[in-house]
Amino acid sequence: MTRYFTKIAIIILAIWTLLPLLLITSSAFSPKSEIYQFPKPIIPSRFSIDSFQFFLRSYGTIPSLLNSILVSLLTVVFSLSIGTPAGYALARFRFVGKETFKLAILTTRMFPMMLLAIPLTVLFIRFGLYDHLIGVALLHTAIALPFVVIITGGIFGSVPKEFEEAAMVFGATRLGAFFRISLPLALPGLAVSAIFAFIISWNEVFAATILTVQNRTLPAQILTTLQASPLYFRFAGGFFMILPALIFIFFMRNYLFYLWGRSGS
Amino acid sequence: MDRKETPIRVERLTKRFGSVTAADNINLDVKAGELLVLLGPSGCGKTTLLRCIAGLEPIDQGKIYIGDEEVTDLPPRLRNIAMVFQSYAIFPHMSVFDNIGFGLRIRGRSRDEIEAKVKQTSRLLKIDHLLNRYPAEISGGENQRVAVARALILDPHLILMDEPLSNLDAMLRLKMRTELKRIHQELKMTVIYVTHDQIEALSLGDRIGIMKDGRIIQIGTPCEIFDQPETVFVAEFIGMPPMNILKARCESDGIRIGELFIPLSVKLPGPSVLLGIRAEHITVTEKIESGMLKGRILVREMVGVQDLLTIDIEENTVKVLVDAGFKPRGMVGLRLNPGRIHLFDPESGHRLLIR
Repeated sequence: MTRYFTKIAIIILAIWTLLPLLLITSSAFSPKSEIYQFPKPIIPSRFSIDSFQFFLRSYGTIPSLLNSILVSLLTVVFSLSIGTPAGYALARFRFVGKETFKLAILTTRMFPMMLLAIPLTVLFIRFGLYDHLIGVALLHTAIALPFVVIITGGIFGSVPKEFEEAAMVFGATRLGAFFRISLPLALPGLAVSAIFAFIISWNEVFAATILTVQNRTLPAQILTTLQASPLYFRFAGGFFMILPALIFIFFMRNYLFYLWGRSGS
Repeated sequence: MDRKETPIRVERLTKRFGSVTAADNINLDVKAGELLVLLGPSGCGKTTLLRCIAGLEPIDQGKIYIGDEEVTDLPPRLRNIAMVFQSYAIFPHMSVFDNIGFGLRIRGRSRDEIEAKVKQTSRLLKIDHLLNRYPAEISGGENQRVAVARALILDPHLILMDEPLSNLDAMLRLKMRTELKRIHQELKMTVIYVTHDQIEALSLGDRIGIMKDGRIIQIGTPCEIFDQPETVFVAEFIGMPPMNILKARCESDGIRIGELFIPLSVKLPGPSVLLGIRAEHITVTEKIESGMLKGRILVREMVGVQDLLTIDIEENTVKVLVDAGFKPRGMVGLRLNPGRIHLFDPESGHRLLIR
């Protein structure tokens, strides 16, 4: 009975996720004329990239696309290089205030972005980070960091301590043991964290809109031009927002199921 | 340096975890080429002591010497040791070859040397056909051999083994025990071996240190430990079945349990004493004569060639081995071999030296 319900739940969840994807994809590749039809055909009568060409040729699309990729990758680099050591420390060491620290990490997600936006803008202007991509990346890092710390912490916790001890007995320094043993074994978890950080940054629109004027990221750009754009522009833009995340997950996916040597089931 | 001349010395080592003293003022000498077994129940501190010697746990007091060098404050990698972990700790993302060669690679040895030594060591452990496999692709027993090979290849001053056989099934454990003994006889490396299995200790150890509550309570050859246990704890811990301990009353010229009287040449101090005797030194008869211990058979268990009887004697219970064909029922008589009894102080549990 439980299995029956599980299956239904899975199907509902799949439809819930896939239906919008299907609609956006089919609309993005439909000829302009078909988008306004009702009822709209699910499968476009003719494969067309007109909408795309229009979208890509629109003013600001290409620069903001490049900005978005850069900001997302910076966010991945920043949040992993700060979050991985923190996750490792949470997994391996006992220290005073550990539980409080864990909670504190989560509370950074407690404040709504609207509340932080104005002080942050003031702060960023003062530091000369306003309207710079690095500023946006730093803010996105702050948003992604709790997830990275918690995920990597869980993964490092699942790498037995004996592996590192063995490495140290057999000649490695503590740092060497980390880089030779724990880090390679934690790769799947790091991949998940990277996906999270990438997508969080890629999708984040509010802070990106407020903190930039000229150097817009793609969601910020689309948001600001959305009101004045035709429907097919919106579909093409929507599809473009989904695409990189899909590609990123597709490549990282292997690491999720691949636990060294053990058959991924 | 010739590793065959490398004795290990531990002086007054104390290790505490919070309010728990896991190792309490331990002194230990291991001779060069010796296999010393640390034996004790779980929680007795034997693994902690091993980890302190390895440098994986900082110690609160004391000194550790490996060879002529004091290593107390050195990190594990500078102690010239190797270790076989209970969980093997074989690196899952490296092939068997890379696992065995790990220590040499980290020491920056040449590719040729590593390859030659890995081949040689893996042949010794009969795993040379597995070198390209990954740990997940070989059996638990084979992983165990990889763990031993990884330690042996370094030719270290000291090899530490932490219950290396406890994760194997009974058959494999027996086989690997013999194998370890063979390898030790061949290479004569210095080993400290931790186990809670007394049969493993008796069969492998050149000497055995019995641990309880963070202290070593007796150290000696397997024969000494088996034949002259220092305390009731050792007597009951070693041997299968464990030594029988009976309460006896002291009389002016000997001791008495029920109708059984054993004459002694000296007068014992207290009113009572604990008498220890191993199962093989008790004879059971169907015919009960005067001056014998009388008991009722509670349980009969088959343990191989012989049967193990549990017999109830008033306030004591004894375990006796009898031939499988001998099937008495109900009440039986027991005779103790007076030359093979051990006497212990009922208060302290320490051995009383008589005769």
